[in-house]
Amino acid sequence: MKLLRELRAAGKGQDMAALLERIPYARFLGIEVDRKGNELTMVLPFQDHLIGNVALPALHGGTIGAFLEFTAAIQLLFDTESERLPKTIDISIDYLRSGRPVTTYGRAIITKHGRRVANVRAEAWQEDRTRLIATAHGHFLLTPVGE
Amino acid sequence: MTDAGSSGWAEHSIHEHLAHIPHARALGVELMDYRDGHCVVRLPYAEQLVGDPDTGVIHGGVITAVLDNASGMAVPREGLSPEQRAIATLDLRIDYMRPAEPNMDLIVTADCYQITRSVVFIRATATQNDGERLIASSVATFMLGANRAAPPGFSNPGEPK
Repeated sequence: MKLLRELRAAGKGQDMAALLERIPYARFLGIEVDRKGNELTMVLPFQDHLIGNVALPALHGGTIGAFLEFTAAIQLLFDTESERLPKTIDISIDYLRSGRPVTTYGRAIITKHGRRVANVRAEAWQEDRTRLIATAHGHFLLTPVGE
Repeated sequence: MTDAGSSGWAEHSIHEHLAHIPHARALGVELMDYRDGHCVVRLPYAEQLVGDPDTGVIHGGVITAVLDNASGMAVPREGLSPEQRAIATLDLRIDYMRPAEPNMDLIVTADCYQITRSVVFIRATATQNDGERLIASSVATFMLGANRAAPPGFSNPGEPK
């Protein structure tokens, strides 16, 4: 993929903020990344257009699902050099609590990293790290560098 | 299209419902067809939804959002009390078959295939090209009567105010 190759050439292969900046849908959602050493936390600042239920109010389930999918894919790219963005094969999202109109955080761990397929778990929370609002697990198709 | 009847959701009110979902409006979701337990929406292609700038393919998360939205709207409402109509998504599982073709509409069709006293089961597909190109399929479960405004005396001590 041209984009990833360019970032690697510029020495930004691990700069996930630079990658997110180049993905229109990441900009649309307003996703940011907070890196501490080799730990990534994805950040979704609240915006009005992320709301799904104005009465509660609550974040749209799709917003949370998309955020978890980004969290998983970005973690995969951070952990492994890849020729292309990981392709989602499937993702399963559990909604645990309604998302309140505040900043949401996400983290992912790769539970199994095969040569072609990776199994990833992701979780999202808001003010309290112990009170998850949603979790997800999914399979992603990988294209290792050099293939 | 059918009127859902006095106990259900008339077509004009489902249009209004969709218009009042800020995220659906931001994505550009349009209602194509509706009857109780069945819903079809259209998502026109837009540059801001792209997930891969090299190919112009929209992001999987966009499809997740539209499947979630259409599935929620396909939860039947006829014969349910106003309390029961407050729904919450329990889970959503999506299988992605192939990338969505750039510059084409995405059509999402959602159907209820089982309803119990407290849980609703919805299947949905996302297609292009008059249904010939299957992009993704999903199954979702929804809880009925999930009003989070806890009745007096039922406040959860751990719940932030």
